[in-house]
Amino acid sequence: MKILLVDDSKTMRNIQKSVLSQLGYSELEEACDGQDALSKVKAFDPDLLLVDWNMPNMDGLSFVKAYRQDDKTTPIIMVTTEAEKSRVIEAIKAGVNNYVVKPFTPDLLSQRIQETLEKCAAA
Amino acid sequence: MDPARITPFIKSVQNVFATMLQLPVEVEDPQIKQGKSATYDVTAIIGMSGDCVGSVVLSFEQESALRIVALFTGTEASVDSPDFADAVGELVNMISGGAKALFEGRKASISTPSVVLGSNHVVSTQTDVPTIVLPCVTDCGRFAIEIAIQDQVESADADSQSAATTA
Repeated sequence: MKILLVDDSKTMRNIQKSVLSQLGYSELEEACDGQDALSKVKAFDPDLLLVDWNMPNMDGLSFVKAYRQDDKTTPIIMVTTEAEKSRVIEAIKAGVNNYVVKPFTPDLLSQRIQETLEKCAAA
Repeated sequence: MDPARITPFIKSVQNVFATMLQLPVEVEDPQIKQGKSATYDVTAIIGMSGDCVGSVVLSFEQESALRIVALFTGTEASVDSPDFADAVGELVNMISGGAKALFEGRKASISTPSVVLGSNHVVSTQTDVPTIVLPCVTDCGRFAIEIAIQDQVESADADSQSAATTA
C-alpha cells in the first residue's frame, strides 16, 4: 500500500507518518503542496492520498480537482483545519472520499483511513 | 470587536491542545492589547480574509514554546530549526481554522502561517482594529493569542463613514 502525504507542515506529515507506521504502512511519499504532489503522483502511483487544504503554491482542493482529471478512483482523504460544512461539501464534490478535521486523534485518523480503504475496496 | 469572535478562539485553543498535546489550557480574562510589541518572543501569525478580516497571532515565551513543540512533535527542536517554526505555525493554523468554523453566519479563509522569533518584535495590524489578547496558561508555560479581526460589513461601514467624512 503506497500512501502520498500532501501537507506543507512537516510536523503534520510526521504525525501522519507515525499513525500510518502503527497501522503497518511504510511505503510513504511526501509532498509539501499541490504542485509538488502533482509532480510525484505519476512516478509514485499512490494507492491512497492524505491531502491538506491550505497550502502555498497550489492548495489541496485545486490539487484534488487536477488529480481527478486523470485518476477517478484512488481514494483521497482531506486532512485539514477547514471544518465548515460548506467546505466538506466542496471537497466531496471535487472528488474527496473522506474528510478529517484537524486537530485529530491518532485513533480518528486510523479509523478514517481504514473505513476509506474498505469502502473503496468494496466499490 | 464582536465578542462572538473571541469565544471560538477560547474553545479552539483548548480543543487543539487537548487533542494534539493532551495538555489542558486555562484561558485568563481577555485584555485589550496595549503597545505594539508582541506579547512574547516566539510569534506565529496567520491572516484571515472573507467575511472576517485581520490577523491572529500566537505568541509564546521561548521556554514555553520549546516545551510545547517537544510535546506536539515528540522530539526536541532548537528555536532556530525549521521544524520548530513549522510546529508553531501548525498550531496557529489549527487554532485559527477551528475558531473560524465556529463563527456563526460568517465565512472566513485563513492564510498559510508565518513565524517570527526574537524579543520586542512588532506585529503591525490595522490601526483601527483593537487587538484582544487571550492570556493562556499551561503546565508547559504561558502563551497568548492576539486577535485583531473585524467583520467585513463593519469594515465596509467604517470605509463609507470615512468617505462621507472626507466628502
